Amino acid sequence: MTQLPEKTDRKMGLVIDLDTCVGCHACVVSCKGWNTENYGAPLSDQDPYGADPSGTFLNRVHSYEVQPENGPAQLIHFPKSCLHCEDAPCVTVCPTGASYKRTEDGIVLVNEKDCIGCGLCAWACPYGARELDKAEGVMKKCTLCVDRIYNENLPEEDRVPACVRTCPSNARHFGDLGDPDSEVSQLVAERGGMDLMPEQGTKPVNKYLPPRPKDRLNEEIDILAPLLAPVVEEPKGFLGWLDKTLEKL
Amino acid sequence: MHPAPSIIAFSTFSGLGLGLLFWLGIDATAPTGWVAFAFFAIGYALAVGGLISSTFHLGRPERAIKAFTQWQTSWLSREAWCAVAALVTMGIYAFLLVFFDTQVSILGWIGAAFALATVYTTSMIYAQLKTVPRWNTVLTSALFLALSIAGGALLSGRVTIGLILLLVAGGLQALWWKTGDARFKQSGTDLNTATGLGNIGEVRAFEPPHTGTNYLLNEMVYTVGRRHAQKLRMIALVLMLVLPVLLLLLPYPHIFGLLALISHIAGVLVSRWLFFAEAEHVVGLYYGMR
Repeated sequence: MTQLPEKTDRKMGLVIDLDTCVGCHACVVSCKGWNTENYGAPLSDQDPYGADPSGTFLNRVHSYEVQPENGPAQLIHFPKSCLHCEDAPCVTVCPTGASYKRTEDGIVLVNEKDCIGCGLCAWACPYGARELDKAEGVMKKCTLCVDRIYNENLPEEDRVPACVRTCPSNARHFGDLGDPDSEVSQLVAERGGMDLMPEQGTKPVNKYLPPRPKDRLNEEIDILAPLLAPVVEEPKGFLGWLDKTLEKL
Repeated sequence: MHPAPSIIAFSTFSGLGLGLLFWLGIDATAPTGWVAFAFFAIGYALAVGGLISSTFHLGRPERAIKAFTQWQTSWLSREAWCAVAALVTMGIYAFLLVFFDTQVSILGWIGAAFALATVYTTSMIYAQLKTVPRWNTVLTSALFLALSIAGGALLSGRVTIGLILLLVAGGLQALWWKTGDARFKQSGTDLNTATGLGNIGEVRAFEPPHTGTNYLLNEMVYTVGRRHAQKLRMIALVLMLVLPVLLLLLPYPHIFGLLALISHIAGVLVSRWLFFAEAEHVVGLYYGMR
């Protein structure tokens, strides 16, 4: 049913730390690996070993350069997947009821048996979180690894989304963002977690932790330095004459 | 946005056909017998042909029937219902006119209302999308409705009202283009809000997630042909408005009326192509594009 639930019991989602993400794309690979052989249709590739490869991914890592007014530019790696929005516009536009938001945990899912592949949900999503699979003709999106997080056949440490489990720099956290006492909620409060495109009114559940301020190299490090005589001196003799003459030319 | 030929053909021809059905529905002295048959056949061929063409862009057209279920939230589902309601009501109305020379006006009015409602729901599929600021305006619905009624008037041979409606539609088209150019900026969405990094400094897309293309870029970051947009706008406006108006002012309405109609349809097709090709989806920002 494409009516959004008024509220969900829990708000399961991800917290992504832009400060620690190293841009290794391991989450992209593990996501594709898990989701191509588990929930729903496989994530197909087109021309994977040819000249023009493309394929379906549920998670992609962008990189942005940010140039502060003073100081060197910063490179920030930016993983992006479904944000499991509270006011998910992708759900309400669906004509068949294939897209839905779960009342129990707020996960946005696609029932692939009902999907007609019209693509309207992908148009409605501002984040590019949904991709139509070319081979299957149905819409694919992040399931928050719904087939892992409740899966009692897996060891407990594996009951988190594949991207979270695999991240080597601990930049991805999973938990209930509706519970203010949960670890992820505390992390968001502590680090000033933010929404992407808040003006779109989607109320994303996933939060992004902004990069911490960088150290500055141009500040004086040694308090004795100003008291010491400068090491480099003006050249004297022949070199001094050469320097002056060349300067005049 | 990718200008899929199936969607351009659908929205142009079904809009035209539904416009014709609208005029036939509200006509106090509607044609009967074979003349009525001809008119309704054209209206149905365009409307139904357009609707069928729209299923070609589906990934799973065999499940299209499921699109009737979510009318409470989805404009696409509402469109499906309105289209069926319009075609069924007008079908009965036409049947009585053609075979029994009987006009049941109330059926015609209901059918006409559903015909316009179908065009409106089509326009709302686009106008509802906050993610495409150029579309996200009531002007989109006004433009679709005006073009449908104007085209229907031409098709049903109504010269005077057709002339007026052409001018209205042309004016709305110009206004839609003019205001549309500024709407992305007005939406307030930019790379700063997309990444949340704007308070550190100037954000620039440095490296995309992959070297190749993907579904999102093909479908929503379609930039081909935008560079000719201004020329194509002029061509569209001349074909859909200027030429038909001049042709309609000439004598011999049958020959020149037909030419006016053909020119108008060609113009609307160009305009509809631009409707998609010029529309920028906010997801392009993540890729450093528009």
